[in-house]
Amino acid sequence: MKENQDKIETPVRKKHKLQAKEVKVFYDDFMAIKGIDMNIRANKITAFIGPSGCGKSTFLRLFNRMNDYVDGFRMEGNILIDGENIYKKNINVEQLRKQVGMVFQKPNPFPKSIYENVAYGLKIQGIKDKSYLKDKVEDSLKQVGLWNEVKEDINKSALALSGGQQQRLCIARTLAVEPSIILMDEPTSALDPISTAKIEELIYELKQKYTIVIVTHNMQQAGRISDYTAFFYMGELIEYDKSKKLFTNPEKQQTENYITGRFG
Amino acid sequence: MRKLKEAVIEKTLLSSALVTIAVTAGIIVVLSIEAINFFREVSIIDFLTDTQWTPLFTDKHFGILPLLSGTLLTSFIAIVFAVPVGLSISIYISEYAPQSFRKTIKPALELLAAVPTVVYGFFALTVVTPFLQTFIPGLSSFNSLSAGLVMGIMIIPFISSLSEDALHAVPNSLREAGYGMGSTKLQNAFRILVPAASSGIIVSIILAISRAIGETMIVAIAAGQQPRLTLDPTVPVETITAYIVQVSLGDVQHGSLEYRTIFAAGITLFIFTFLLNTISYQIRKKFREKYE
Repeated sequence: MKENQDKIETPVRKKHKLQAKEVKVFYDDFMAIKGIDMNIRANKITAFIGPSGCGKSTFLRLFNRMNDYVDGFRMEGNILIDGENIYKKNINVEQLRKQVGMVFQKPNPFPKSIYENVAYGLKIQGIKDKSYLKDKVEDSLKQVGLWNEVKEDINKSALALSGGQQQRLCIARTLAVEPSIILMDEPTSALDPISTAKIEELIYELKQKYTIVIVTHNMQQAGRISDYTAFFYMGELIEYDKSKKLFTNPEKQQTENYITGRFG
Repeated sequence: MRKLKEAVIEKTLLSSALVTIAVTAGIIVVLSIEAINFFREVSIIDFLTDTQWTPLFTDKHFGILPLLSGTLLTSFIAIVFAVPVGLSISIYISEYAPQSFRKTIKPALELLAAVPTVVYGFFALTVVTPFLQTFIPGLSSFNSLSAGLVMGIMIIPFISSLSEDALHAVPNSLREAGYGMGSTKLQNAFRILVPAASSGIIVSIILAISRAIGETMIVAIAAGQQPRLTLDPTVPVETITAYIVQVSLGDVQHGSLEYRTIFAAGITLFIFTFLLNTISYQIRKKFREKYE
């Protein structure tokens, strides 16, 4: 990244929590994202939809620099969070990831106890105060509606939980470090319908406090829970609008083809 | 015709498998018979409690403890040296090194295991011991410290290679979960990946211990041939394996009590390595269940 890009002054409009500016992503020679500009609003749920390989997950993972570990990854353009370029040289990536939590496709609790899973993010920040940790764990588990189900088994292995419970635990683990943004990469694709409904309900509640970006293959899901929806195709942002508008009266033919199931 | 060919191949494969089993069984039988003959003349209580091992002297004592302490002391030194080094190497290769480096360094490390142990033995005796003597003036020319350290070098690849495999096998989703929570690389490695790979790491350490206990040439050359019940790493000791070599190469009469001592020592060694291998097999079985 060039130095002068760090100094770009953007008027910070509070409602635009995340901003992408002429973002291009390459994996070696392959161009996965072909120049996307996008503003994502605070305290809203924004859904990314599109066929497999359209770049929506890659794009999502730019916001917490999760692509940094992918071999051959290279990015052009800028990603701003609250107006700050998160790809500038001296950024503290660990600090960034505490602010931008992530929930993955497959529930991936650590092979530790339920308590240790939720306390992990706080412990790696050096917090040792037992009573604080305990309160925080309880509070986070309550937020995801898991407390009553697990309060007796808090010291048992998280791997003993069901898939849906594991995913809610992963959300609780993310909430415990108090992020302001939560990225979700197809969080319900590995879950049964009942667990999915619970997670959707939870996501809907969370938008009071958090800015949520969710990648989903499930268009009903995007329609149900999101305020805004972005349709990606072949590494490009085709259409981005209020979900109501995009799903009922899309501007672009490609969007319509996709949401009516004519391809994808 | 084809069927016949298949049948011949199958039987050949089966018989080669049976040969290995038969040889193992044969070894155990011979070991046991000779050991039983030995224990007819020497009480097992003396064997386990006497603190002297002097079967070749006129005043004969048959206490295995001095040989056992020699074996355990050298192995302990080797493990204390090899575990931190081997584990650091495995974490570096698995989590820090670029992919291309990993591909070169792993085979290079495994080469350490291919060095003949007699070479290690002379390396210990002629290089490491004189070097250590510059720091530790009281160090005898034969001692368990330098034999143990060099044995540690020998078993590093066992630990680093198997531990690296175990770390590498940890699902990427866990790695991402850790980074996603804001872990640094070091935190991710030590708080998530090492615990997740712990069973594989423990297996690698047990196999390394087993290898160290059974190691012969290094200790026979560099640790000395003086059975001595001690925890002092600076003095000559004798391990079980070194004793077996000493007597096998000496001129004891076939079938005599002195001759049978090597089987008694051998079966002791066998029990130890057998136990260690069983434990590691059990852990590995559990480990496999976890990820499938």
